Amino acid sequence: MHTRSIKDHARAMARGEYSSVELTQHLLARISDAGELNAFITVTEDRALDQAAEADRIIRSGNAGLLTGIPMVHKDIFCTRGVLTTCGSKMLSDFVSPYDATVVKRLAKAGMVSMGKTNMDEFAMGSSNENSHFGAVRNPWNTDRVPGGSSGGSAAAVAARLAPVATATDTGGSIRQPAALCGITGIKPSYGRVSRYGMIAFASSLDQGGILATSAEDAALVLQAMAGFDERDSTSLAQPVPDYMATLDDPVRGKVIGLPKEFFGDGVEPDVADAVQAAIRELEALGARTVEVELPNSAVGIPCYYVLAPAEASANLSRFDGVRYGHRATQYGDLVDMYERSRAEGFGEEVQRRIMIGTYVLSSGYYDAYYIKAQKLRRMIADDFSRAFERCDLIVGPTAPATAFPIGAKNDDPVAMYLNDIFTNSVNLAGLPGVSVNAGSDRDGLPIGFHLIGRYLDESTVLNIAHQYQQVTDCHRMVPEGYA
Amino acid sequence: MEWETVIGLEVHVQLNTRSKIFSGASTAYGAEPNTQACDVSIALPGVLPVMNREAARLAVKFGMAIGAEINRTSVFARKNYFYPDLPKGYQISQFETPIVGRGSLEIDAGDGPKVIGITRAHLEEDAGKSLHENLGDFTGIDLNRAGTPLLEIVSEPDMRSAAEAVAYLRQLHSLVRYLGISDGNMQEGSFRCDANVSVRHRGATEFGTRTELKNINSFRFVDRAIRFEAERQIDLLEDGGEVVQETRLYDADRDETRSMRSKEEAHDYRYFPDPDLPPMVLEDAFLAEVRDSLPELPHDRRHRFVSRFGLTPSDALQLTGERALADYFEAVAEATRAEPRVACNWVLGELSAALNQDDITVEASRVDSGALAGLLDRIADRTISGKIAKEVFVAMWNGEGDADTIIEARGLRQITDWGAIETAVDAVLAACTDQVRQYREGNQKVIGFLVGQVMKNTQGKANPKQVNEVLRGKLEG
Repeated sequence: MHTRSIKDHARAMARGEYSSVELTQHLLARISDAGELNAFITVTEDRALDQAAEADRIIRSGNAGLLTGIPMVHKDIFCTRGVLTTCGSKMLSDFVSPYDATVVKRLAKAGMVSMGKTNMDEFAMGSSNENSHFGAVRNPWNTDRVPGGSSGGSAAAVAARLAPVATATDTGGSIRQPAALCGITGIKPSYGRVSRYGMIAFASSLDQGGILATSAEDAALVLQAMAGFDERDSTSLAQPVPDYMATLDDPVRGKVIGLPKEFFGDGVEPDVADAVQAAIRELEALGARTVEVELPNSAVGIPCYYVLAPAEASANLSRFDGVRYGHRATQYGDLVDMYERSRAEGFGEEVQRRIMIGTYVLSSGYYDAYYIKAQKLRRMIADDFSRAFERCDLIVGPTAPATAFPIGAKNDDPVAMYLNDIFTNSVNLAGLPGVSVNAGSDRDGLPIGFHLIGRYLDESTVLNIAHQYQQVTDCHRMVPEGYA
Repeated sequence: MEWETVIGLEVHVQLNTRSKIFSGASTAYGAEPNTQACDVSIALPGVLPVMNREAARLAVKFGMAIGAEINRTSVFARKNYFYPDLPKGYQISQFETPIVGRGSLEIDAGDGPKVIGITRAHLEEDAGKSLHENLGDFTGIDLNRAGTPLLEIVSEPDMRSAAEAVAYLRQLHSLVRYLGISDGNMQEGSFRCDANVSVRHRGATEFGTRTELKNINSFRFVDRAIRFEAERQIDLLEDGGEVVQETRLYDADRDETRSMRSKEEAHDYRYFPDPDLPPMVLEDAFLAEVRDSLPELPHDRRHRFVSRFGLTPSDALQLTGERALADYFEAVAEATRAEPRVACNWVLGELSAALNQDDITVEASRVDSGALAGLLDRIADRTISGKIAKEVFVAMWNGEGDADTIIEARGLRQITDWGAIETAVDAVLAACTDQVRQYREGNQKVIGFLVGQVMKNTQGKANPKQVNEVLRGKLEG
């Protein structure tokens, strides 16, 4: 039951084979059994069953959509009314949101059943999900390994088939990298495609909500329901959302795939490189043509990102001051002491590191050398992509240079941790859509991610190619041992 | 050595939009604390700002009124600092690219017109308020005001005295009210001022070190604070000391300024463009629409009042200080046969005094412009004298009817019949033999007394000009 696609669930529920309540109960039981993954911060059992019962009424009345009664989970970065919303932080460990994020509202309106909130790196800062106040998340493929981050809880939950689909967010790779490390499908849409209202901000110009699922088709279905203009988010796009489902079955034949030589260099593990080459051959077999393209500034993606994202974060996180909500120190002297203690106690090490970096790069005397310089590099990186897309329809490569690493392996080396996102964060800097699909496993049985990058606003092409790849391969159907 | 004071002003004007600059919460003043603090005002996690275009419209209106460049693309920036009444930990403001660029304002501090440069005007959000009353050891935070739109208007250091600074402020205050972009209420904080003050030897080209004065939120305090601060700086320099660049707080109770924070303690605000708000682009159609909605500007109207109605520049300035008053005057001047100068004297004299006494606005005047024009017609056609007209005006103000009704009912019609005036003059001459003798002995001043007697005997109704003429004829003859 739990390995079925959304369409299969919808058909089964329409036929009366099982109800949304039964499906939800089944998945809630799996969530409860999979406690070792630590994928959840909050499970909202009662609410889920109420929503499922309501969905069943709609299904019986014959007014159901494809998503009616489909259970899902939200990354704990999305505000959910009346439900704990922690963002993985001690700072918000008792924060119950009084309102719903636009994404939460839209998926609820589509009839989806929310089963709870998933664990994540604190304020979405991390690539291993070890930076959570609620403890590290474990990778269902090997519980000694990280699931990737920052959407590690969502990725682990979907990979372990605890939920067919999960919301997630991606600022520098936080959807695609955990998708890769957990062997599932993840899409980060173009910047502005999904409303950020109610999605707790990390780096506003880079953050984008998206989907983790077991297939491109399921990801497309749910993305369709949550994408689109929101008057509450001035950076959301007014353009109409394409019908993603309508183009999923378009032929691959004639599509031109760009291969940037910068993505196929020495830093990539051999097993990863081999799997990516195999995936490219599959697409060629379907009639795609490949061309070599250049992204000459991709080497500066990481430094550029680690100036801009912390700069924005340093301001975005200023509202967590202990005054109106969130953690406040119990012992303090004056006002400044209250701020300092509350924030020192409420934020973890990585968050504090990024606030300090961000504050530094915006400081008088350093602003031009760091922030302005990084903005210029960002423009150059985006221009590289534009030039490359003059010669191809999509760009592919590995999602991450390596497979899941052991928990604790990179804790003492933030830069090594940051390099996990070397192939993903330039896509955020350019605002482009990106998909990661599973392309097999390495010699240790750990999943490998295949990264597809589209033109700005063109989620359709990457979803179409990912879906066609999944029609001729079985990697996306692999389920970790013990979770089948 | 003679000293010169150099002043530049930063004025925060609260724009009178109905909702806040980045959210739909109400901006009404005086509500219970935090009842107008929506999710965005409180800065809940995940909320985002959305620009209220009405605030931009009002800012552009101001920019056009001071002949400023309007930036078609302006950028919002985050100004970072921690304070309990600043819920996001940053204020959304405009830094490098403000909506309104360079413009100017003409003032008159009593020694003729002078043009003061305006460097820029930018949009920003207001902070909340800290409340200290009745809360024991706690400080209360009221976020009703957080997010209220402000236009910060920054002048050039073009003013040279406290009087000029006050004249500039009054002119600006009158302009924003005239344009209808702010209620300008200083008690409620809708019009707030900071002053940058320095002194230098007259004739010097370099500016001295300046201090910034805060908490000067009335015209009187601006005047006193600047005078005090300039003297303080001059005393310092004359004693061989140095002025320190710092922010100083004006204490009205003690009438002094004192140091708040030095340059070294000044905040590094770490401004950067707000990634939540795309650059604000003003389309041609929007600008054209604002331009069409502009009323005749006070400056233009002032000049028209002088050229068309022959008013003095200072009367024209007074009339155009308030749009409704200028409208009232113009309506009277257009409707009456009396000279526009007479209409002006009445509007600035009797009418303004009556409005003040009853503490009402000109819109609520008990005598409308048509009625006043009717009264002035009776002066023009000599039905009554100016003096009697004042009595009629009081009766009109008290609701006894229009001018003609009151004149008839009270029998106030002026005596212009030569025979009747001669009879009245003869009676006075017969009764006042002493004064007649004094006049003939050369004391011509006494004629005033004799005119007064005639007027008194006719209950003020005799035409004073005719009385004068007849009296002189008889005394000389």
